[in-house]
Amino acid sequence: MTTETTLGSVAVVFLAAILTNNILLAKFLGMCSFIAISRNIRTALGMGLAVTFVTFCTAVLNYAIYYGILVTGAPLCSADLTFLSFLVFIMTIAGFVQLVEMILERFSPVLYYNLGIFLPLITVNCAILGVNLLMIDPDLKFGLAKTAAYGLGSGLGWLMAICLMAGIRQRLEVADIPKPLRGLGITVIVTGLMAMAFMGFTGMVDL
Amino acid sequence: MIYIQAIVVLGGLGGTLAVLLLIADRFLANYGPCKVAINDRDPIEIEGGRKLLEVFYDNAIFIPSACGGQGTCGFCKITVKDGGGPVLPTELPYLTTEEVEAGTRLACQVKVREDVVVHVKEEYLNVKEFKAVISSARMITHDTRELRLKLTEGEEIDYRPGQYVQVFVPDTGETTFRAYSVASAPSSKTEIELLVRLVPGGLGSTYLHNIRVGDGITFTGAYGEFELDMSEDTELVCVGGGCGMAPMRSILRHIHEVAPTRTCRLFFGARTTDDIMYMNEFQALAGEMKAFGLHYALSEPAQSPGWDGETGFIHESVERHLGTEGRRQAFLCGPPQMVEATMRVLHDRGLTRDQIFYDEF
Repeated sequence: MTTETTLGSVAVVFLAAILTNNILLAKFLGMCSFIAISRNIRTALGMGLAVTFVTFCTAVLNYAIYYGILVTGAPLCSADLTFLSFLVFIMTIAGFVQLVEMILERFSPVLYYNLGIFLPLITVNCAILGVNLLMIDPDLKFGLAKTAAYGLGSGLGWLMAICLMAGIRQRLEVADIPKPLRGLGITVIVTGLMAMAFMGFTGMVDL
Repeated sequence: MIYIQAIVVLGGLGGTLAVLLLIADRFLANYGPCKVAINDRDPIEIEGGRKLLEVFYDNAIFIPSACGGQGTCGFCKITVKDGGGPVLPTELPYLTTEEVEAGTRLACQVKVREDVVVHVKEEYLNVKEFKAVISSARMITHDTRELRLKLTEGEEIDYRPGQYVQVFVPDTGETTFRAYSVASAPSSKTEIELLVRLVPGGLGSTYLHNIRVGDGITFTGAYGEFELDMSEDTELVCVGGGCGMAPMRSILRHIHEVAPTRTCRLFFGARTTDDIMYMNEFQALAGEMKAFGLHYALSEPAQSPGWDGETGFIHESVERHLGTEGRRQAFLCGPPQMVEATMRVLHDRGLTRDQIFYDEF
């Protein structure tokens, strides 16, 4: 499946997932929770950690399911069931989110209630499904190590983007913004500027 | 063949996930037995992980709560002295800074994960659950229904004029209560009256508009801070809008029974003639009570042909009729805008905060 899996190539995938191929700023996936939860750094960090955890775990889990069951000639089922990948991935993600919810409710009720409705919404967070679907791209030829690095990197990239955004938005609260642009308007503009800034990383590393 | 394989794969994965979640639920949501100490009572031992409000209801402590434990009414305030964890963001909109510092919490949001010590207002400990049957029901305006609830033989309810009860709304999947002010005088201990305005889509009002004479009903009570000043020289000012008539009727019927010479005024605001309630009844009372001023005002007189009474908002009517002299006590009940506007007028007329009781809905 893989061409070469050295520590260096895994690190490249990891860095590329964070910087050049940032799931949010390069692919614009996971925008809804990004905009809704980025008002406060603490909550943003919590949400980012939850997304990172779910992205990483589901990427690894779905990798195993995809290559163990779904692809043609897989060890557990030889038929080509790749058409199920959407359904199966969503199911795994949903199950995992439930688990994260239980863990958070037990150990950090404040964060649990702060994330509120957005925690169950991770289930349909397109960033996570996006990572899961992108990692099985045949052109990338990811092995397990690279998939794990890609999942973790993408999650951290999303976390970094939302935390940066939350920091900027906390400052925007006191900024003198033209009335029609307040709230969502300025947020989308700032997101665009951040995406352009991230384009500066282009060419440094590549998937 | 491939379809069978697909179904088996999906089913297998789904099943595995379900089993994993069940196992996690067993270990993560298991808090073991916890003790809940309420006021000076002996601690109750309960299974951890439950909400305080449920624990209260199970132990026949009926603190007010209107939203079925959703954290949207802010009625179920109690003081948590120990345990209970941090104040949650869902509670903050309903708590002032002082309350947070004093340990006030919403009972519906506090999950018992450890031993907790709580303090509940003494008056709530006296609140009881009552079973009753609907003895009569009639529409008094196009959207408001008057219900008479006859308590089970031998039961009596004590309440002050202006207090409210919480009616249990069945079949909602949760413990849902809705608050309704009692419209009858406190001398009626075996039968109470409620006024219910139909709110489209409202759980409580839909239930109470469909309930039939002879049907059973459960409610808890009585609640409410309304405390009538019974000294003869205090002028009573009652201001009601819409269903806010209920507590005013209770107060005025009580006055009619025990102190018919008291100076009192009733201001009732409605939109159109269709919304007017109990006008004949109060006119009859006014005939029997010498110092009773009755003021009905309509805010949409254009829609009310034949109306020759006052027009405009009810706070404007209060402004016109209320003087600035003497000891007075005011009771307000109605929509928030009405309460707010009337409060301003009352402050202008020299009433202080502790002379005004109000209920918004």
